[in-house]
Amino acid sequence: MSNIVVIADAREGKIKKPTLEAVGAAKELAGKSGGSVVAVVVGHQLDAAKQDLANSGASKVVAVDAETFAQYSGDGFARAILEQLEGLSPAAILMPHTAMGRDLMPRIAAKLDAGLVSDATALHFEGDRFGATKPVYAGKAYKKSMATRSPFLATLRPNNWEAGSGEGAEVVDASASFGSDQLKAIVKEVVSAASDRVPLQEAKVVVAGGRGLQAPENFKLVEDLAAAFGPGVAAVGASRAVVDAGWRPHREQVGQTGKVVAPTLYIAVGISGAIQHLAGMRTSRFIVAVNKDANAPIFKECDYGIVGDAFEICPALAEAIKAAAS
Amino acid sequence: MDIVVCVKRVPATDSKIKVGADGKSIDPAGIEFVLNPYDEFAVEEAIKTRETLGSGSVTVITLGTGDSQKELRTCLAMGADKAVLLDASGLPGGGAGLDACATARIVADHVKGIPHDAVFCGRQAVDGDDSQFPSRLAALLDLPCVTEVAKLELSDGRYRAERDIEGAREVVDCPTPCVISTNKGLNEPRYANLKGIMAAKKKPLETIAVSAAEPATETTGLELPPERSGGKIVDSVSDLVAALKNEAKVL
Repeated sequence: MSNIVVIADAREGKIKKPTLEAVGAAKELAGKSGGSVVAVVVGHQLDAAKQDLANSGASKVVAVDAETFAQYSGDGFARAILEQLEGLSPAAILMPHTAMGRDLMPRIAAKLDAGLVSDATALHFEGDRFGATKPVYAGKAYKKSMATRSPFLATLRPNNWEAGSGEGAEVVDASASFGSDQLKAIVKEVVSAASDRVPLQEAKVVVAGGRGLQAPENFKLVEDLAAAFGPGVAAVGASRAVVDAGWRPHREQVGQTGKVVAPTLYIAVGISGAIQHLAGMRTSRFIVAVNKDANAPIFKECDYGIVGDAFEICPALAEAIKAAAS
Repeated sequence: MDIVVCVKRVPATDSKIKVGADGKSIDPAGIEFVLNPYDEFAVEEAIKTRETLGSGSVTVITLGTGDSQKELRTCLAMGADKAVLLDASGLPGGGAGLDACATARIVADHVKGIPHDAVFCGRQAVDGDDSQFPSRLAALLDLPCVTEVAKLELSDGRYRAERDIEGAREVVDCPTPCVISTNKGLNEPRYANLKGIMAAKKKPLETIAVSAAEPATETTGLELPPERSGGKIVDSVSDLVAALKNEAKVL
């Protein structure tokens, strides 16, 4: 029987929502294609991760827990996973489209000489073929591809599937045939970002600022508005113009040559709405635009617009949101 | 140090995308094509490395058709030493059916024959947004790889590479030879000056016809997302909050 395999992103031994969503997507796909869902996790000190995966809806969890894998290594993780895949006869292999998924899955796909659709937003099983749909041109279009041979791989865009749930999957401890002396590129250090804010692409709310804020220090308005949603809810984004001007780091850039985001609520402050920016946020569920210029293109893409001065609107909106939340 | 840089010709980011008559590819009419923006960082980093070390070479390579000579010349004008066009014009649709799997195979086969202490690529091409090529290439060449690199330092034949991950920055130690994919923020790509543009005309640009590699996926459709219909303009912050609460139910 062929399986749908989910590869977990277990950075620092933690299973986060995008991996649970991948298990949810795998279960949905297995409902059409048949086969069972097997989660594979590589890392170190994986007790909590194994528990989370056992309760994620997978039928089986295969864990490679060794000190060798305490830190991420693209070549090492790929090799350890390929060793496990041999016994699992995978028909499809899924992983979240996280930094780890983007790095690791193409490596696995190349070794299997298999097709991979990255950043998929929908999965297909038609006839006897797997496939997926993904945004291209930063979301200006959507491309559907079908596999021409097996297995089929996909990395899945976070926030697109319901997290899987279940209980008590069988957990199998496995080991790798090699040690740390075989690894080449190895993570030596992970420097956590100073803020406790959620990563941009995982945030429920994104508050983004643009050139309309006039000066880098005025981004405080955007930061305060994001903070008003409470801890761990909102992330701060930026337009390309302000990133290129050096006001904000590139990791905050939304749009083509930045990140594509799809939060529940996107608030654009002082962003006119260049085509590259719109591509990166137009699939957000609700878009709010705050801009002085009533003719700004962003107002054509938003659900709610408010024409006026960000310096007055942002603090008032922050207060109102705090009040609504409490 | 000899560096190979893999580049791609893509539609400029301000292009309006229309679906072509086949329903599977874009309509290229009216679209301006440019060097993939992320590849500019790769080309710049390679040239900078050669300048810093005072030795070595920079070879740019692309898989495309004759049109891609323009982007290769741009790289030569920036300062690359030579260019290779893997010409797919003999393949069906000028290579339009090649997916990331086939592309990486074809390029890897040719990169094997070019001396390389490092291979640089942009983190993704802004047309297909696949972000697969660098890791696939590394796997096929059996090299270590660091992707989405925002800071890069070379000492004693090893790279110290920094990359942004979810909520943190990773520092990776990587031996050479290796594959590095470049992110925005790594450097400030130079513009080609007139002298560079003139010099580029005399630099070698080799064209090699490629044979087909079997793709592992086929495109079956391309669609534009539904248009958004335009927003409701509200008059005050309290109206906005009420709408978010009662209509959108997001508060």
